[in-house]
Amino acid sequence: MESHEHDVLIVGGGGAGLRAAIAVCEANPKLSVAVISKVYPMRSHTVSAEGGAAGVINPGDSLDEHAYDTISGGDWLCDQDAVEAFVKEAPEELLRLEHWGCPWSREPDGHIAVRAFGGMKRMRTWFAADKTGFHMLHTLFQTSLKYETVIRYDEWFVTKLLVDDGCVQGAVAIELMSGKIQAITANAIILCTGGCGRVFPFTTNANIKNGDGMALAYRAGAPLKDMEFVQYHPTGLPFTGILITEAARAEGGYMLNKDGYRYLQDYNLGKPQPKPVLRSMELGPRDRLSQAFVMEMEKGRTIKGPYGDIVHLDLRHLGEKLISTKLPFVRELCLKYQNIDPIKELIPVRPVVHYMMGGVHTDINGATPLPGLYAAGEVACVSINGANRLGSNSLPELLVFGARVGRAAAEFASKHTAPSAAILAQAMDENRRLRKQLLEKTGGGERIATIRDEMQKAIENGAGIYRTGTSLLETVTKLRELQQRYTNTVLDDRGLTFNTELIAAMELGFMLDAAEAIVQCALHRTESRGAHQRTDFPKRNDEKFLAHSLVHRNADGSSRVEYLPVKITRWPPGERVYGEPSQTKDAQAGR
Amino acid sequence: MAETIQLEVTRYSPEHDAAPAFQRFEVPYRKDWVVLDALNYIKDKLDGSLSYRWSCRMGICGSCGMMVNGEPRLTCATFLSPYTPDAVRVEPLRYFPVVRDLVIEMTDFMVKLQRVKPWIIRKEEKSIADGEYLQTPQQLDVYKQFSMCINCMLCYAACPVYGLDPLFTGPAAIALAQRYNIDSRDQGAKERLDILSQHEGIWACTFVGECTEVCPKHVDPAGAIQQYKLTAAKEWFKSLLMPWGAK
Amino acid sequence: MTPQETKGATQYTTYHPRWYRTRVSTYWWLGKWCYLKFVLRELSSIFVAYFVVITLLQIHSVSRGPEAYARFEERMWNPLMIALDAISFLFVLFHTITWFNLAPRAMVVRLGGKRVPEILIAGSNYVAWLVISASVAWFILR
Repeated sequence: MESHEHDVLIVGGGGAGLRAAIAVCEANPKLSVAVISKVYPMRSHTVSAEGGAAGVINPGDSLDEHAYDTISGGDWLCDQDAVEAFVKEAPEELLRLEHWGCPWSREPDGHIAVRAFGGMKRMRTWFAADKTGFHMLHTLFQTSLKYETVIRYDEWFVTKLLVDDGCVQGAVAIELMSGKIQAITANAIILCTGGCGRVFPFTTNANIKNGDGMALAYRAGAPLKDMEFVQYHPTGLPFTGILITEAARAEGGYMLNKDGYRYLQDYNLGKPQPKPVLRSMELGPRDRLSQAFVMEMEKGRTIKGPYGDIVHLDLRHLGEKLISTKLPFVRELCLKYQNIDPIKELIPVRPVVHYMMGGVHTDINGATPLPGLYAAGEVACVSINGANRLGSNSLPELLVFGARVGRAAAEFASKHTAPSAAILAQAMDENRRLRKQLLEKTGGGERIATIRDEMQKAIENGAGIYRTGTSLLETVTKLRELQQRYTNTVLDDRGLTFNTELIAAMELGFMLDAAEAIVQCALHRTESRGAHQRTDFPKRNDEKFLAHSLVHRNADGSSRVEYLPVKITRWPPGERVYGEPSQTKDAQAGR
Repeated sequence: MAETIQLEVTRYSPEHDAAPAFQRFEVPYRKDWVVLDALNYIKDKLDGSLSYRWSCRMGICGSCGMMVNGEPRLTCATFLSPYTPDAVRVEPLRYFPVVRDLVIEMTDFMVKLQRVKPWIIRKEEKSIADGEYLQTPQQLDVYKQFSMCINCMLCYAACPVYGLDPLFTGPAAIALAQRYNIDSRDQGAKERLDILSQHEGIWACTFVGECTEVCPKHVDPAGAIQQYKLTAAKEWFKSLLMPWGAK
Repeated sequence: MTPQETKGATQYTTYHPRWYRTRVSTYWWLGKWCYLKFVLRELSSIFVAYFVVITLLQIHSVSRGPEAYARFEERMWNPLMIALDAISFLFVLFHTITWFNLAPRAMVVRLGGKRVPEILIAGSNYVAWLVISASVAWFILR
């Protein structure tokens, strides 16, 4: 078995991974950095982000306001010290990206332009037309090509983290091209593998978002945090799950039920105005909009489409010029994938899973409780997003925490020495396990797709937008059954060269672990907060649950959930209000 | 209305086969299914050993480029409806080595991309404290089109020059080099010109123009290359007539 | 294609001998109409060169007097030369039209921040062609 040695190993080549790689190089140019990605880095899911990245640059704006919007939007589950650091560093990071060539949209005088975004009280969302994530990722990737100490392992799939004596010292990976299973050792490992939206049936996430890093960390002994908080984006195309960006609502789109009525006014989100009002109606936070959809569906006021219930997004009144300049990608997506022209027709939309607020538990520098293991980006939970993420906060999160984790890992790696021999023995074991369990197995007979579909159905039913204790327990049972059936999967593909079925089988294993974590955390949190809504416990319970859920894996494979109090610095928990009352509330609070 | 449609898909396993061959599958026909959905159906339900790349399903990641009935297309953006009731032939992207089934070897492109230095080159960097480089919407407009490249490599599959001479740098790499050349913040045009004015760079292009026709993001790489040739020619004349003005 | 250049920044799997390389046929250009058009366009430059040479010879013979010109005309007035001239003329037209249509892709003119539409650039070439041809014709036929 071949092994490779590096100082820092980064698993995942998206926004966070590439930013971390650059940060390591700049912190210590002598370190050798490996970036492993199961796809070529420019295919990472960062590429599909559309709306924008928030950073305070307007003179009328302030870091405190960005922090407050983030914390209140997160229903006070955010660690406030992390949020304060985040809002301070976000504009610097976005500016650094501009220096690296990112084509941010501009004001006529040449300065960076910002726009409104849901949940943000002031305009502070930087954008690059409506392809912000695409431009950010390509800028980061192309800039990373400058650094000669970054060694990339493109299309290598990490199957296991190597842990010795409680320290993470490397990873085992399959090189897709040849099927060779190899070990890569490093002093510091950074997970930047993204979220796990593919656990759910309707999701904006790409095929590659399977919770790989979350499961790798979980199996290695690191806890996962706040997994029950799953963000639904209120406007996704029904069959494909393709996201219709929040920017369409920020520019003034309306959401209509089957009677052509702007139904959001019934759900405490303000009164309908002809022009968009920040933090009200269609620009309210995502979780409230998704919940409004479910309630409309229960009232029978949604439209029955060929793929399930939908509502309509109306952009017709915005006119052709505005749609072509500010929302060209939205128009392109609707035409190419659903054959609908937003200039003339209504767009069918429904809530789709979009983002995981939860993830691997890290501190403010991206370090997990396991020495040597770090995480940043969607895979991590710092937590700055709390119970609900505001739109345009996740792109700067990649940059801010990607940079922080890079620097922290560089410092750690500079001080520590070569990994132990026991590590390589573990890698050989993993090699044997993969061959025996997956490649050489005969008999049995479950197809991967069957188990995956059943998992997705079960989790949407039991742990979707609204959850109850009963539905969650049913899902727990179903997941246990699926875990058992998973050990009986048989592959059609026994080849070594580019065996994507083998990868799919491992991704399914990772997804089952992530699903288990989500459901267990949801079961134990008997309150409703942000994106986690329990119909049997509809109120927020700050006495018991102003804390993060931490789920650990026990030695026998079962899980245990503990709680870690949220760090409150300057903003005591208040009530999340949107629309008009929020102005009064702020006035009362003397802001 | 047809209930099913036939897909004729290239199969090749380097461990067993000497050359690629076609295999036929019958998949359900849906009006809003794209070729990728049909491939996913085959992999999920019929034959899990079919290998191909895909990720975002919305034409932005660039993974799913393949030949559909002889044309380079993103399979996530190609509906089955225009082809029915005939069979749809899906082959790996042309002019690249075939690794397995519909998967091609693309490190040639990755090497060429790096070679053209696709990053901002400046003599002096501005510090973060000094704020952004000012760039008006008109200046952004100048290079915006070329920055839309998703690296799907359909243009390479359409370029006969690349097919006949694999050393050619290729449309996407040159278009990305040009994107940086004409970005008002960049000062590296001379460095890139030295790299690209070699025989396998811009001058190998004979303006067939097919790259632009197949580009799913309307980047117009052919236009980028011709514009680059004009600039290169101007620079050459300038260096001839005003050798003292070397930058 | 062996990805030899790594320069340390990217490391790739070395050349796998069993990857399949499809041979590009010598007749690749017959496969698609657009490729055929391209090859004809390139071929037309031979005929353009021929046309230029003939025109130069014609002008040369004019400069040497009416007998030289009459001899030139006699040599040109046979079926083979007429056919060749006709074909060349068609190719020159084809060459010119494709050139003018492609010109705006290479020449990007910006006025007041907006890009001048391609049809104007191509169109101005056509107009110039017509004007110059008309002037030359008037000059000669006068």
